Amino acid sequence: MRSRLKLAVPLLALALAATGCTSSDNSDPEPVGSTGGNAAVGSYPRAETLYTTGTQYGPPSNWNPLMNWTYATGTVGLVYETLFLYDPQADKYQPWLAESGEWKDKTTYELKLRSGITWTDGKPFTADDVVYTVQLCKLPSSTYSTLCTWLKSAEAVDKSTVKFTFSKANYQEWANWVYNNPILPAHLWKSRSENETTSGANDKPVGTGPYKYLTHSQDRQVWVKNDGWWGAEQLDVAPKPKYIVDIVNGSNNVALGLVLQGSVDLSNNFLPGVSKLLGKDSGYGLETYYDKPPYMLSANTAWLVTNNTKKPMDDPAFRRALAHAVDTQQIAKVVYGDMVAPADPTGLLPIWDKYVDKNVTRELGFSYDPAKARSILADAGYKNTDGNGMVANKDGSKIKLTLMVPNGWTDWMEAAKMIAQSAKAAGIDITTATPDYNSLVDSRNSGKFDLVINNDQQMSNTPWTYYNYVFRQPIAEQQTAGNFGRYSNAKAWKLVNELDATEVTDLEGMKGITSKLQRIQLTDMPIIPLWYNGLWSQYNNSVWTNWPSASGSNHYLPTTWRGYWQLDSILMLDQLKPAAAKK
Amino acid sequence: MRRYFTRKFLIYLLTFFFAVSIDWAIPRFMPGDPVQSMLSRAALHPESATAMYDYYSNSFGLDVPIWRQYLNFWGSLLQGDLGTSVWLYPQPVSSVIANAIPYTLALMLPAILLSWWAGNSFGAFAARRKWLDNTALPFAYILNSMPYMWLGILLAWLLGSVLDIFPLSGGYGYGLQPEWSLEFIGSLLKHWFLPFASLFLVGFGGWAIGMRNLIIYELESDYSHYLTALGAPQRLIRRYAFRNAMLPQVTGLALQIGVIVAGALVTEIVFSYPGLGNLILQAINNEDYFLLQGAFLFIIIGVLIANFVIDMVYVLVDPRTRTGMRGATS
Repeated sequence: MRSRLKLAVPLLALALAATGCTSSDNSDPEPVGSTGGNAAVGSYPRAETLYTTGTQYGPPSNWNPLMNWTYATGTVGLVYETLFLYDPQADKYQPWLAESGEWKDKTTYELKLRSGITWTDGKPFTADDVVYTVQLCKLPSSTYSTLCTWLKSAEAVDKSTVKFTFSKANYQEWANWVYNNPILPAHLWKSRSENETTSGANDKPVGTGPYKYLTHSQDRQVWVKNDGWWGAEQLDVAPKPKYIVDIVNGSNNVALGLVLQGSVDLSNNFLPGVSKLLGKDSGYGLETYYDKPPYMLSANTAWLVTNNTKKPMDDPAFRRALAHAVDTQQIAKVVYGDMVAPADPTGLLPIWDKYVDKNVTRELGFSYDPAKARSILADAGYKNTDGNGMVANKDGSKIKLTLMVPNGWTDWMEAAKMIAQSAKAAGIDITTATPDYNSLVDSRNSGKFDLVINNDQQMSNTPWTYYNYVFRQPIAEQQTAGNFGRYSNAKAWKLVNELDATEVTDLEGMKGITSKLQRIQLTDMPIIPLWYNGLWSQYNNSVWTNWPSASGSNHYLPTTWRGYWQLDSILMLDQLKPAAAKK
Repeated sequence: MRRYFTRKFLIYLLTFFFAVSIDWAIPRFMPGDPVQSMLSRAALHPESATAMYDYYSNSFGLDVPIWRQYLNFWGSLLQGDLGTSVWLYPQPVSSVIANAIPYTLALMLPAILLSWWAGNSFGAFAARRKWLDNTALPFAYILNSMPYMWLGILLAWLLGSVLDIFPLSGGYGYGLQPEWSLEFIGSLLKHWFLPFASLFLVGFGGWAIGMRNLIIYELESDYSHYLTALGAPQRLIRRYAFRNAMLPQVTGLALQIGVIVAGALVTEIVFSYPGLGNLILQAINNEDYFLLQGAFLFIIIGVLIANFVIDMVYVLVDPRTRTGMRGATS
């Protein structure tokens, strides 16, 4: 502290002189401070405002809930709502816009809607809205156009009942659909063209949710509480912040600075080294979900994707050896400062732990063991022929693999280096390359790569999404979503489809299938699970407290990421408490 | 005179054509596919992805042969249509740029002009004055040679994080709405100050060093010695030297103003200041052909106009150009 001051004094003088000539406002960096009371139109009282960052990478440019990769933070969740919520930690569906939903027979699903819900323009929310939204699957440019291949019809029986008839009931996928997709106001959207519907900016969003659009500018999006929100009365849920200001991501140093300062309450950025700033004695007032490693909840699995159509990755024995050659413990520790946990051999996220068949993983699992890797390679016929310590192909040709990660993704770049290093120690020659993201996507999708790291599958209500990613068939010229390693196994794919057609309540049935899939996965090693990427989330408790944590009463997911508000994050807002006013 | 400007004008027209063609081509040489990258960020079913890929390729006009795309590009450009941003879909490029440009101009214009004026005055004053040369100039060298990124982060850390005088990021307080109030304008200025100051400092150092060296060069030239021999006062000699030394500095200034719309990329990133520089970086990262094209188009136009202005200003400030033109026409 002392040395800091010493340095600061001369600069302080300089800076004061400088401020003197620029502006004469109060030198409080927080806009309104604790003045509260007079909520002038132009500013948001600090004590009633939640500042977030970590989702939005550019100026808010659209509020179209159908464009799930780019809509302004909170468009779905705060404004547009889904029929259900899903709590991944408790594995529970919570009726939201819906009152209940049940399968009347094998292929008929009946949905009861809550009554008394209105859109922010005053019109009531009805079954027509749901029917309209579901039927958007008929548009080829819709993100869920495949739904129409197995949904036969959706009809409004009365104002609050919708009947869905399926030609093929994919129970898992449907359970995923009902909590993932926002319901749109038919009375406003019906007249829109396909263009406007699926890719319009929708700059005056009218939803049913707890917040309304207030304003936006180049570097922020502001939402204001919707006072007439139905949930307050029907669910006794009351989001505490009056305003939510989401700030467009800056560079890491800016994001870290803002959350340390308390200008931002919730940062969902990946901030390297933040684990060192936690704890009471650090004095920053920073918190994360766990107060010990891995600090963060796990959001998705990072895999080492092997190109299974290329030599020698087409050989399961080689892939198995490679899996034994990666020291994920070390990566978690050195690269992430223990903010991630090494993955289970199955790669299933902690929320899916109950699906892991421990018998299978005991028998076929793997862990870092270079000696084992070497012996697997030797047994399979990969020999070190030229004495440089690196094994060669069975036909004697050299093995030289390239592991690609996107340039600028510093954690992955470091991790890739460590993978290459530990693989070399086991006799597999891997070098790293860091092309830019777009060119990596291009090579990855077209199968022109040796090894890449990928984590495109987020947590969900069902391991089906996970296995759909791993085993997806058929292999297309461009693999756009999942199975980038081009692993082909018709039997596994059949099991994935069987899993999809298993009812979500049939836990034993699901386990039976996932166990078989795990056996295939761990025998063939189509993809190598590395670690669980965190649900990056750090909070400053100077204005809001009672943040989600493993030890407290608030267990909801602490994030603003797209697709997560409906995974219960919205309820986090209900749990927040204003910090005791401080001087 | 007229022939001089007609010729210049034709050259500019030709340059514009080639520069814009290159501007169109360069993003398309980048490896990768913007639509593919965009959709890789969406949560999609693989089959939906194929349909959406076709849809977006079509809506961006990327599904026609490349020569056709080029012709279409000129066609819409001449109608003033810069296309739709891929990254900030569905915002039109022109409005994306229009929203960012006020910040960039407000930051760059004062920084460039003030640092030019202050740097040149100071450089001219400091030249050949021993005590200033020995004390202030090393400081200017340090400013000028310090990696800008580092200077920026240092300023942000000291004045932002440690002393908490200036905010770390943003265009104005995150708790404010734009309005004509003292509070808002104060906040705007406060957020503007650090990025401005960092640009000013670096520019100041550069101009001061340049001016000082030029003045020394002029003071060593024959006409100065001749004037000294005639017994002219030092003030007068320095004034002549200053006028001559200004010429290259005027060119430098015009060129800087020409690329002004490119924004100060690093500044905007270090201070998370909204503006064009930030957008250009993101446009490259997201392979946003149209936004890149649009941003570069403004830079091209800026550079050309700046050059044109220099040509004219030179006629005014440098008598030798006028003589040359008269020589050419007679």
